[in-house]
Amino acid sequence: MQAVTQGTIEFLKLYWAPLLCGVVIVAFLPLIVGYVVLVERKLMADMQARLGPMRVGPHGLLQPIADAVKLLIKEDIIPEDADKLVFWLAPVLSVGAALLSLAGIAIGPAFQIAKDINIGILFVVGVSAMGIFGIVLGGWASNSHYSLMGALRSAAQLVSYETAAGMALVSGLLFAGTLNITSIVEAQRQQGIWFGLLAPVAFFTYLVASIAETNRAPFDLPEAESELVAGYMTEFSGFRWSLYFLAEYTNMIVVASVATTLFLGGWLRPFPRTQWLNFLDFLPPLLMVAIGLYCLVRVPKQPARVQQFFMVAVAGLCFFLALVLAVPVLVPVVNPSLAAGVKPLYEGIHGSFWFLFKVSAYLYFFMWLRFTLPRYRFDQLMRLGWHFLIPLSIINVLVIGIAMIVGTYLHLEGWWLLLATLPASIIALLIALFILAAEQKSGQQQAGGAASDSYAG
Amino acid sequence: MGERKPGDRERAITSVAKTSITDSGEKQHTLLGADELILNMGPQHPSTHGVLRVKLKLDGERVIGSECMIGYLHRGVEKIAEHRTYQQFAPYVDRMDYVAAVSNGLGYCEAIEKLLLVEAPVRARVIRTILTELQRIASHLLWLGTHALDIGALTPLFYCFREREEILKIFEKYCGARLTTHAFRIGGLQYEAYDTLEKDVERFCKNFESRIVEYEDLLTQNRIWLGRTKGVGILTSAEAIAFGATGPVLRASGVKWDIRKAMPYAAYDQYKFEIPVGTAGDTYDRYLVRMEEMRQSRLICLQAIENIPSGPILAKVGKVLKPPPGEVYHSIEAPKGELGYYVVSDGTVQPYRVRIRPPSFVNLQSFDRMVRGHLVADVVAIIGTLDIVLGEVDR
Repeated sequence: MQAVTQGTIEFLKLYWAPLLCGVVIVAFLPLIVGYVVLVERKLMADMQARLGPMRVGPHGLLQPIADAVKLLIKEDIIPEDADKLVFWLAPVLSVGAALLSLAGIAIGPAFQIAKDINIGILFVVGVSAMGIFGIVLGGWASNSHYSLMGALRSAAQLVSYETAAGMALVSGLLFAGTLNITSIVEAQRQQGIWFGLLAPVAFFTYLVASIAETNRAPFDLPEAESELVAGYMTEFSGFRWSLYFLAEYTNMIVVASVATTLFLGGWLRPFPRTQWLNFLDFLPPLLMVAIGLYCLVRVPKQPARVQQFFMVAVAGLCFFLALVLAVPVLVPVVNPSLAAGVKPLYEGIHGSFWFLFKVSAYLYFFMWLRFTLPRYRFDQLMRLGWHFLIPLSIINVLVIGIAMIVGTYLHLEGWWLLLATLPASIIALLIALFILAAEQKSGQQQAGGAASDSYAG
Repeated sequence: MGERKPGDRERAITSVAKTSITDSGEKQHTLLGADELILNMGPQHPSTHGVLRVKLKLDGERVIGSECMIGYLHRGVEKIAEHRTYQQFAPYVDRMDYVAAVSNGLGYCEAIEKLLLVEAPVRARVIRTILTELQRIASHLLWLGTHALDIGALTPLFYCFREREEILKIFEKYCGARLTTHAFRIGGLQYEAYDTLEKDVERFCKNFESRIVEYEDLLTQNRIWLGRTKGVGILTSAEAIAFGATGPVLRASGVKWDIRKAMPYAAYDQYKFEIPVGTAGDTYDRYLVRMEEMRQSRLICLQAIENIPSGPILAKVGKVLKPPPGEVYHSIEAPKGELGYYVVSDGTVQPYRVRIRPPSFVNLQSFDRMVRGHLVADVVAIIGTLDIVLGEVDR
């Protein structure tokens, strides 16, 4: 008994920080996701000439909380013919996988729960792919045609696009030479250039594949509300439904984080080794000050007293963040002897700023696409995956590998690597376009007969 | 619960469905040797445009048979007509195609005028033309928004509603109602045009010119849109005629038939406009035809407001309408196709029989022909492209 207690204490001593982080993530992620949804709705409203949620709280800012409360107190319906155990398990699996994969993500050099896993990125990708079980099982257990079709679509889609995404990641990993997430970012610091610039084709492939993997428009066929009502979630309601929703948005954050880590320099600022661009370090605090000032300017234009207070509060928050961001960059300027002391502070604070900034930009792009594009049909989605993205990503791995060898022979480093990789990317793109043209030609020939059967696989 | 086993209900539904869809009643085996799947779409489904119920027989996701089940919105409009006076029935027709109420009213009023052997004054006819063409634009806008939404483009819907709102505001200013307007009266107009009608219409037409370019920017050359609409739901001209299709569905198949030109009514003979015609008869062509129709309607409105003749707005028809015994068929080009009224009078104040030929109902007959061989995703695209309104299909 004493040994067990002793062991537990030892364990807690060693792992108290990750455990705490884990609890914090599980507790706060629903809130973060709720606000991501609110941002999405506001952006959508902005693009669609309307206002979006405005009723709950100033400018609808409490809407996510109201939604969460509503979802929690909703009746929990399980269809009569459903497989109850699986029906119960499926959303939990989905959300569990999504949350677990978050553990591998590093928001800054200091903020990572599962620190220094040597297969970091593989862990994240592998675990997040487990979420598909939740979708397939949920669709199956519902015992409804719509759910089943949504689940089938989802399974086929994930299998197809996981390949392309994986190959795209391989292209990026060739530069890093490691799967460890911290080392990948460090490698980008040493090269002084983002891998996304060295392998733009791989970045593009990953971008498209990650949209498809997270079931977002224009690849949102598993949900496809105008065709399948809600796809695999049709029979789910209340809290179970919100678990699926949570999983979907968490997955979005995960893929955005992976892309940021591997292709966009993780927590590094743009051009991390270019000395004369060091003024970029002052950009985050200045940005915050600008947002704060804008809020102050808008205060007199707010119609209600509550909203005026609220705007002032937001401005105050921005100024506070600006101060926090300014300290690590101003201290070395004032007193160079303290530079080494604030280095970890700089890495931590500015690191998280840049990381979250890049993730937000990536998510914004996701949302923007959703509001703009119509939805692909299933056979078109499969064709795009198998006939275009997968060949493109495989060819890209080959040519990038050759470019790496050429680069090593010529002792190219940093930005000079572009000399080797840019022609390689162009070659990959040309081959892909050639494939696409050939594909279109054969597609036209096929269209003469009955509708082509690329769905049959 | 008791003795029920999981899947019992499923099997029961499937067996009922099979007997009604398959012709032979035999089990059909599909490509991989699996049973076909019967999928019930509607009457509560986000994209069946109301309460259409479609029973689909699927091989995987490919449609191998379909059956439209209608009647969920049946209100017995034609029977109601037999128990109302001629004027009393006029508001009821607005409730058939409720997104194009003005067109419904125009058809009915003109049919009764034909029966009464009177003609509406010129001023009334011109204003009728303006309002009906605005209604055509409004109806097509609603179609465009919902059709794009079915195919997954979320945003055009809101842009279309913004424009439609302008038109509805004009209606509201004219007659006080936005949707079910009851704007016309047998023999002419209910209300005199308000002072700034011309200005409002002109402003709308001016804005609309650039706005429609915006919609086309979003969709017309979009690769996904092309992929989703080209070659989907093809209807050849012979088939379209055989199914009795009218309106944009017929014209997209390459048949140049528009009642506004063929048998001009209201004031259409005074204005210049083109009849857009498609070639392939697929969903994309129907899209193009409707877009061009909106442009032509805009041109008609602009021509009409230039010169609205003055004069009375109501012919002398009297308070009690007693048409001479006889029968009449009058049809107009409603936004969705030929809208016909067949009215039989027995000389009393109530019609003996009113038979309505709704364009949506007839166009819907080609649905099965269009969806066979396509995927489930195309079914919603085809329902959208037919531009049906269930109030009109079921009456």
